[in-house]
Amino acid sequence: MLSYLMRRLLLMVLTLGAVSLASFFIISLPPGDYVSTLQAQAESRGEMLDDSVLVALRARYGLDQPFFTQYLKWISNILLYGDFGQAFAWNSRPVADLIWDRVGLSFFLSLSTLLFVWAIAFPIGILSAVRQYSAGDYLATFFGFLGMAVPEFLLALVLMWVGMRYFGQSPGGLFSPEYQDAAWNLGKVLDLAGHLWLPILIIGLSGTAGLIRITRANLLDELYKPYVVAARAKGLPEWKLLVKYPVRMSLSPFFSTVGWLLPGLISGETIISIVMSLPTTGPLLLSGVENQDMYLVGSFILILSTLTVIGTLISDLVLAWWDPRIRHRYQGG
Amino acid sequence: MLMQSEHTSPQADDFDPEAGRASPWRLVWRKFRKHKLAVAGAIVMLFAYFVVAFAEILAPGSPSAVDERHTYAPPQLVQVDLSWDNGVQLYVNGFRTERDPETFEQIHTIDPRQRVPITFFARGDSYHMWGLIPWDRHLIGSADPAQKVYFLGTDRAGRDVFSRIIHGARVSLSIGLIGVAVSFVLGLFFGGISGYYSGVPDTIIQRIIEFLMAIPTLPLWLALSAAVPSDWGPLMRYFAITTILSVIGWTGLARVVRGRFLSLREEDFVVAARLDGCGRGRIIFRHMVPSMSSHVIASLTMAVPGMILAETALSFLGLGLQSPAVSWGVLLQEAQNIRAVETAPWLLIPGVAVLVTVLAMNFVGDGLRDSADPYKQ
Amino acid sequence: MAASDETVLRIEDLHTHFELDDGVVHAVDGVDLDIRRGEVLAVVGESGCGKSVMARSVLRLIDRPGRITGGHIWVRTGDGTEGTDGMADMVTADARVVRSVRGKRVGMVFQEPMTSMSPMHTLGNQIGEAIMLHESVTKAEARERTVELLGRVGISAPERRADEYPFQMSGGMLQRAMIAMALACGPELLIADEPTTALDVTTQAQILDLLRSLQQDTGMAVMLITHDLGVAAQMADEVAVMYLGSVVERGPVAEVFREPRHPYTKALLRSVPKLGSRSRERLQPVRGMVPHAYRRPPGCPFHPRCDEFIAGRCDVTVPSPVPGPEPSRVVSCLLYEEVSA
Repeated sequence: MLSYLMRRLLLMVLTLGAVSLASFFIISLPPGDYVSTLQAQAESRGEMLDDSVLVALRARYGLDQPFFTQYLKWISNILLYGDFGQAFAWNSRPVADLIWDRVGLSFFLSLSTLLFVWAIAFPIGILSAVRQYSAGDYLATFFGFLGMAVPEFLLALVLMWVGMRYFGQSPGGLFSPEYQDAAWNLGKVLDLAGHLWLPILIIGLSGTAGLIRITRANLLDELYKPYVVAARAKGLPEWKLLVKYPVRMSLSPFFSTVGWLLPGLISGETIISIVMSLPTTGPLLLSGVENQDMYLVGSFILILSTLTVIGTLISDLVLAWWDPRIRHRYQGG
Repeated sequence: MLMQSEHTSPQADDFDPEAGRASPWRLVWRKFRKHKLAVAGAIVMLFAYFVVAFAEILAPGSPSAVDERHTYAPPQLVQVDLSWDNGVQLYVNGFRTERDPETFEQIHTIDPRQRVPITFFARGDSYHMWGLIPWDRHLIGSADPAQKVYFLGTDRAGRDVFSRIIHGARVSLSIGLIGVAVSFVLGLFFGGISGYYSGVPDTIIQRIIEFLMAIPTLPLWLALSAAVPSDWGPLMRYFAITTILSVIGWTGLARVVRGRFLSLREEDFVVAARLDGCGRGRIIFRHMVPSMSSHVIASLTMAVPGMILAETALSFLGLGLQSPAVSWGVLLQEAQNIRAVETAPWLLIPGVAVLVTVLAMNFVGDGLRDSADPYKQ
Repeated sequence: MAASDETVLRIEDLHTHFELDDGVVHAVDGVDLDIRRGEVLAVVGESGCGKSVMARSVLRLIDRPGRITGGHIWVRTGDGTEGTDGMADMVTADARVVRSVRGKRVGMVFQEPMTSMSPMHTLGNQIGEAIMLHESVTKAEARERTVELLGRVGISAPERRADEYPFQMSGGMLQRAMIAMALACGPELLIADEPTTALDVTTQAQILDLLRSLQQDTGMAVMLITHDLGVAAQMADEVAVMYLGSVVERGPVAEVFREPRHPYTKALLRSVPKLGSRSRERLQPVRGMVPHAYRRPPGCPFHPRCDEFIAGRCDVTVPSPVPGPEPSRVVSCLLYEEVSA
């Protein structure tokens, strides 16, 4: 078990190394750099920046160095000092100052959504499988299809429009104005909770729909297996039987869904936060992408990927704890 | 359940005449036909691609025609005149246009007293059918070419939302197909190698897939599409976006292919072929690929809607396709601002098109997946 | 009903149907059987003749789209309050009664030991559960009995094995564990559904020996479902031959196998090699094959494959059971109806 864990951790570090290199590569892909963005902005204002100024700027931001030098500088600063570089468009404030609050909220939002998705999808999926072809099953199946077909941002727009049109609610945001800049206290937490349910609902929709389908299909696969019949032949009451055997079995793939659910939720969170102007990573990421604010974007991708990889690792460990077959395989080597 | 051998017997005529003989594809079709929703989805899909093919005729106008006098005009619903004065007449109500006294913005309201007659094969904006045949007829439109009608309203620049949805289908629906085709090649190639050879190539490919799956897709797409130079033309951008979508999209398909290969490799008929001394290529292409093609087709059908949704999301954020290209995502970009939605809720209608298409494709994919294995009980 | 005290299971005119999209499969179509205390009954027939479905119907273990559509299955409930003579009809009994019979009065062993045990739970857990369901015992007592049971079915180091998972064991060992589970509450009837089919030959013999000695020790009745006539001859006192969902011939195994009456029984016996037979004749398979599930032949279901087929009679009239020649024998064939008529 321990050797398995070590191997997984090593693999995770390698994956993250690759992710960091890839994200840095991607953000340096666009032709030009932040200085050329500045130049374009200046030109649109009718000013001209002197070539020497440009050179000086590039030197200041380290943009004149070759790719690998820039990468090594960036990644070693992150690893050694927790310094993610500077956000150009934000007066060269350190990226770390800008993002941690937002990453925290993003992660909190994604995690809440994950729990919400489980809480909803799991019971519905089980009921849907056990009462296959019942009205409830058809309803759940239909909802499953619908949830996968609606673009999240569209749902957000429609709900915001409905809220504005018929309930006079101010759309978007995670905090009421009076708590916007307040320090954390109970009132702010409650205010957050009051604002949070709508984004959770919207972000969780497609995940819920997908998971209902998966749970239903998994359970249907297990429901008629010989071991269920054999357990029934012992005289177990139906519900006890269901929970102890097929549901427990069908949970194994369920745990491994975290691996794909989490990146999906983070993606959903990104776009929803842009539409609903939530103070999470989405809007900052989008503006960073538009401004070629490379350290900002690279750091975001790196951090979000790290969280996803860690989430996947945790889900694999939970799976090993849950499923003796997998545990056994690891113990065996 | 009851048949064990293929020996013929005097009783042979008594069996279901097709059970043992119909080709696998017929069996797939027979099972597919039973899924009512899947069949309905297939019809919707065929209709959607029909619209794509004949967008110029079906759209009442040009997607790029600007009408400054009618910005944010509300939808004009087609109504039927049953008074029998001139036989059955279709018409829409005209607008009454005012200016907001404070903002000087145009405000259009439907005026029930005005009637604009509607005809089929109306004369309207001229176009080149498939870029070749010049024509100016549209399936439905205002009888008077000077009097424009907007069945689903107009946007900020006074462009006809209905015509734009129909033309947008071209990009939105084809990007799914092309994207999936690219993913298909990548997925089949890597998944096949991974599944057939296992060992080291499998490990490497699995690591690559895991790596690609670990990065949250949307941030990755955002960063990648930002890398597409802004001075590229619509067509270049279209292919760039498609490539970006499929570079990430192939992983799912590769997993399906690998899984099928792994399980097929253990199947008796493959083992038998191997023992018979069949070459590797022959085993793969004559024995394994045909028996997994139905699964692959099902997975492909399931992947198309994902691509469509991805393009819509990217374009909606302004990082996918950009005007003057028309796609459903580009249209929805008009609705990015909640104020605009409040003024003109009909800007959300392209979303309905996305919803219906994706729903239909999911139904088809689901039906195909269920019937992909005709021999499974 | 006229069941003696000795009857532990009586099946009367049982019908179990599967309603599929393309038609109705009459998997069990009018079976009559009974098993007395301490008796071993072998149910034989080709694959697909409805043996397993019949066996599962006894404990109402038929999954959708299958359904018991008629008949009675009388089993002992022991408390004397249900039905007549302390017997209850499993077809109509409520779920509580059905559960009290499952595992307690009637134990069941399945075909594939590897898939009939949950891979997520230890053997001890799964066997102990059966004990705790029907008897008020503590967890510790249940475990003690589990270990004892595992030892009794010939599993070495039962203490350790009780904590292992099914995937850590061989098929033969698992089948022993399955038998231990079925016997956990000392049932008076054990239904063994092809218990050795999935095992290799040596293990098969060991499992059969085990079943036989357990039967003799406990005096329980056994219904042994098998397609192997040799196993039937070796194990059983009585035999019932099934064809297309109904019993065509039934009686003491020695008499039926020595002097079969039904043409199907005769054909089946011709298809197996006889030990010590000097004639070097070829084995004859049963002619033709089992008809398609939806196309049940009219009249006698066996007539299309029968060597003694009488046109205009066998394909029109459904045969009814005819007793004889020995008192406990019954055959369903028009050949004998003619004689007795």
